[in-house]
Amino acid sequence: MPDTPSPQGPFLQTPSQTVGPFFGYALPYPGGPDVAPPWHPDAVRFHGTVYDGAGDPVPDAVVEIWHADAAGRPIAVRGSLERDGHGVTGFGRTAVDRDGHYAFTTIKPGAARPDAAPHVLVTVFARGLTHHLFTRAYFADEDERNARDPFLASVDASRRGTLIAEADASGGYRFDIRLQGDGETVFLQFEGVAR
Amino acid sequence: MTDIDRDEPEIHAGLEPAADRVVVGGQPTLEQATISAEIAERHRAVREDASAAGRAVPVHPPRDFAPYRSTTLRHPTHELVRAHPEEIELVSPAFGHTDVAAEEGDLTIQHTGEPLGERIIVTGRILDGDGRPVRNQLVEIWQANAAGRYVHKRDQHPAPLDPNFTGVGRVITGDDGGYRLTTIKPGAYPWKNHRNAWRPAHIHFSFFGSAFTQRLITQMYFPGDPLFALDPIYQSIVDPAARERLVARYDHDVSEPEWALGYRWDVVLTGSRATWMEPEDADHA
Ligand SMILES: [Fe+2]
Repeated sequence: MPDTPSPQGPFLQTPSQTVGPFFGYALPYPGGPDVAPPWHPDAVRFHGTVYDGAGDPVPDAVVEIWHADAAGRPIAVRGSLERDGHGVTGFGRTAVDRDGHYAFTTIKPGAARPDAAPHVLVTVFARGLTHHLFTRAYFADEDERNARDPFLASVDASRRGTLIAEADASGGYRFDIRLQGDGETVFLQFEGVAR
Repeated sequence: MTDIDRDEPEIHAGLEPAADRVVVGGQPTLEQATISAEIAERHRAVREDASAAGRAVPVHPPRDFAPYRSTTLRHPTHELVRAHPEEIELVSPAFGHTDVAAEEGDLTIQHTGEPLGERIIVTGRILDGDGRPVRNQLVEIWQANAAGRYVHKRDQHPAPLDPNFTGVGRVITGDDGGYRLTTIKPGAYPWKNHRNAWRPAHIHFSFFGSAFTQRLITQMYFPGDPLFALDPIYQSIVDPAARERLVARYDHDVSEPEWALGYRWDVVLTGSRATWMEPEDADHA
C-alpha cells in the first residue's frame, strides 16, 4: 500500500481513556525496566517517585521512557520487549512499586543538536489519569547545555527545576514526578498533537 | 504463556484499594443520580469553555473530571507547556515479530482448554491523522473474562476466574496498519466509584504510533451497552461523537460461521492538521 494519505478523510482522532487499575498483569514485562543491560559500562539508574496532589505516592502508575543514544540519535533497533541482553533500545516500561517508585537501568542519551540539551521523554499513565502525561527529564550535570536549550528557556523559571533529574549518590539520576500541587511537574503539549 | 496462578511480586499496580473497587469499611453511599448530574454539569462547563474560546470540544477527556473520583488528586492544575517535538519524539521504538509471537493475538489458545464465554474477533486498522497506516507497530490488549473478572490480584469482584483465560494479548500491525485479535467478549464489572457503579464491557488497548507523540492508551466498547450513559469513565470524553469512536461496530463479514462473532474497530492516533486546535492558554512564558 502506498504511503500516501487515503482519500476518505477526515480521520478523526480516537480519544484516550484511563489505563485503569488492572494493567499490572498486562503492561509490565520482564526486562521492561532494563533499557540497557546492567553490565553495560555506561549503565545508569534512572528512577524516581510519582506523587499525587496530596503529596502521597501513587502506587498504581506505569512509567515509560524513550530516549536517543549516547550520540543523540534515535535508536531503531528492535528488542524492546524481548531484550537480547546486550543492545540498548531506548525504550523502557515499568509499573511503580507500592511506594510509587520506579527505576530503569539505561544509558544517558546525548544531545540531538548543539543548541539542545539531552533529555529522556517520560510518559505517565495511571488510574485516575484520563489521558497520559508527557514530560522530559533533563540532567542536572548538563548546566551549560540546559542553559542553551530553547525549550527549557521557554519554561517559567520557577517551574523549570521540575524538568531536571538530579544526580544521585550512586551515579544515577533521580526524577520525581508530581502530578498536582506543590512543585507540580511541567507536563508537555506537543505541537501538532491534539490535547 | 502467562500462568493464571503466577505470583506478581514486582507488580503492585491497582493497589490503592480505597478509591476503586474495594472500599475499606463499607460500601460507597454516593448515588448514581449524583454522579450523573455531575457528568452533565461537567459536560456543560467544558462545552461552554470551548465555545467561549471559539474552539471545538476537545477529543480527549479533560484530566480534571470529578465524576470519576480518582482524577481528583491526579490531574495537573497548570496548563500543559507547549513543546516542539524533538527528532526522538517523532519516531517510535522499533517493534517486530522478534518481539511478538503470532499466537499472542489469540487470547483463546493460551491454556490447555477453551475459555468460557462468547468467542469474538476484533479487527481494524490503525491510522495516523492523515489516514496513513501505522505499520509494524505494537498493539497490546488486556481485559476481564466473560464473567467480568480480571486475573489481576487486586481485582476483588466475586465473579469466577477462568483457568483457561488470562486476558492479555499483543499483535504487530501489518503493512496496511491492520490488526486482528481473537478473544472472549468481556463481562461488565462493578467498581467503587459510587454505589452500584458498573463499567460497560470493554477491552483495554495500548498503541504506539509512528511517532512517540502519538502514544495512546484507551478502551474499546461494544455497541448498545446500556451502561454507557452511567459510566463516568466513558463519559469523561465530552464530545459524544468522539465517545462513539470508542465503540466497535458489529461486522457480519468479520464473523466466522460456526466459530466467532466479528467486530470492527478502526483507530486514528493523532489529529490531522484540519482537526488540530491551538491549546488554550498554553503556558508559553
Ligand atoms: Fe477495565
